[in-house]
Amino acid sequence: MKKVIYLILTLAYLAFVYYAKDMFDAYTLSILSNIGIFAILALSYNLINGTTGQFSLEPNGFVAIGAYITALLLIPAETKLDMFALTDPAPIVLKMHADFLPALLIGGVAAAFVALLLSFPVFRVRGDYLAIVTLGFGFIIRILAINNPEYTNGAMGLNDIPSYADFTWIGTIALITFVTMLHIVYSKFGRGMKAIRDDEDAAIAMGLNTFKLKTFAFMTSAFFEGVGGGLLASFLTTITPDQFSFLLTFQLLIIIVLGGLGSMSGTLVATILVMGGMEWLRFLDEDMVIFGIHTGAHPGMRMVVFSILLILMMLFARRGLFGDKELPEIIEELKEKFKKSSK
Amino acid sequence: MSRYILRVENLTMDFGGVRAIDNLTFKVPKGSTYGLIGPNGAGKTTVFNIITGNLKPTKGKVYLEDEDITGIKPNKAVYKGIARTFQNIRLFKSMSVLDNILIGFDRAAKYTYFEAIFRLPRFFKYEKEIRQKAYELMEIFGIREFAKYNATALSYGNQRKVEIARALATNPKLLLLDEPAAGMNPKETDELADIIFKIKKDFNLSILLIEHDMKFVNKMCDLVTVLDYGEKIFEGKPSEAIRDPKVIAAYLGDFTHA
Repeated sequence: MKKVIYLILTLAYLAFVYYAKDMFDAYTLSILSNIGIFAILALSYNLINGTTGQFSLEPNGFVAIGAYITALLLIPAETKLDMFALTDPAPIVLKMHADFLPALLIGGVAAAFVALLLSFPVFRVRGDYLAIVTLGFGFIIRILAINNPEYTNGAMGLNDIPSYADFTWIGTIALITFVTMLHIVYSKFGRGMKAIRDDEDAAIAMGLNTFKLKTFAFMTSAFFEGVGGGLLASFLTTITPDQFSFLLTFQLLIIIVLGGLGSMSGTLVATILVMGGMEWLRFLDEDMVIFGIHTGAHPGMRMVVFSILLILMMLFARRGLFGDKELPEIIEELKEKFKKSSK
Repeated sequence: MSRYILRVENLTMDFGGVRAIDNLTFKVPKGSTYGLIGPNGAGKTTVFNIITGNLKPTKGKVYLEDEDITGIKPNKAVYKGIARTFQNIRLFKSMSVLDNILIGFDRAAKYTYFEAIFRLPRFFKYEKEIRQKAYELMEIFGIREFAKYNATALSYGNQRKVEIARALATNPKLLLLDEPAAGMNPKETDELADIIFKIKKDFNLSILLIEHDMKFVNKMCDLVTVLDYGEKIFEGKPSEAIRDPKVIAAYLGDFTHA
């Protein structure tokens, strides 16, 4: 029964993703695509930060790696020669080229590989120290991007990236990310990751190889952040190092905390609320008429309102919207409560 | 093959200037229940932590059967067949009783990360297998009805049972119980003793336990070692331990010098 419902939902979603092009205008599609990309990034970030409970602050680094590698693979050699203004591009930059899907995968694999290397130093420390070490990594990637113009065109960034990433691509990959995350969470690996979050020493005493589990979570997270970064590059068609500052990590952190650390469906809902909310509240920046009085245009007003809304949401749902549970579990609980109260 | 499941030889453990364990030697015969008793701060839990590899001893050796396991990594100790419970119950708070016990079956589920992601047949095969085993364990402990409950929602006595069941799930040869009867009422203690007798027989276990409840120790243990300030002051039958003047002095204070 459940399986049938999930199958129907999946098919309906895929149909939506494939026919969205004909149903919506370009503005709506761009908002949807933005939500899709952030869903990919937030879901994968949630695996390491929420499910495994390793408070890390590095996703901007992995997104940057994915974005730059995918972009360099997609841009034709002639365009690169024209674009690189500070120095000539390195020979390998001119040579590298791939189609869209392989380019995305290479970006993801590269990010995962960096995560593997990074996991040896970072998982020697726990808690706050982990946050500081990973934060440092995010900064390093950005500085490397600025200071190696023969690979990245420095602070000017890359533009004219071929625009393959439409909502069909983004929506499909978002679904793949979501399903993959759920498959991990509901397996012995996901159970082990949650055990690490709850009590790492007890997990070790049960024979879990916690370093391996943390590295798996970290690499999986990095892979999808890399792929998401590639989609972002192709969707925006232009990237600069400043896009991958700490603010990106911060935005993702808001999403996963709002959705509930450890809840994948919560992260999805939170992505729609946060990324959609920023757009839907746009009217607040404009001149409004309230009881016949013109308020005047206040650019930035939507951020004020948005922040207040966020604070309110966190006040009423301390552990995020869904806590660490998934949507079906919450529906089940509500049903139980309803049964009890109706008795 | 050795007659002893566990041999601890000349164990010494220093924390800075404090000698927590001083030249301790004892042997746990196969299939026995062995008690480690002594007043607070005598070093009992330290001995446990050394056996499970959480601490590396300053001097001395630990042998499991005939294998030297001194300073083994804690998760490797589990692979060798040592499972433990904690003095203060340490269940995974956000997880259900079933999931807590499934953690113990982690090694029994031999599917890989990719098989889990792509949901290949081996994933379903092993998941089904370990779930069945977990339910069997819960049946033995009488906690099957709580399978889907959050582990921390259970009573203290039942949480203890979940913890022991979780340790048993790792398929140990030697089970270390750190104060299993602490905080339980007499009825729960009796019930726990019955369960421990049963699992010991069913799973062919040797048990090493730390306990303060002398009635419980008397009932459960074949042999005991009494520790005081890291030194062994008595070894032998529990019924004799409670009559030994040194043991009484350690627990109640030495009146001759008072």
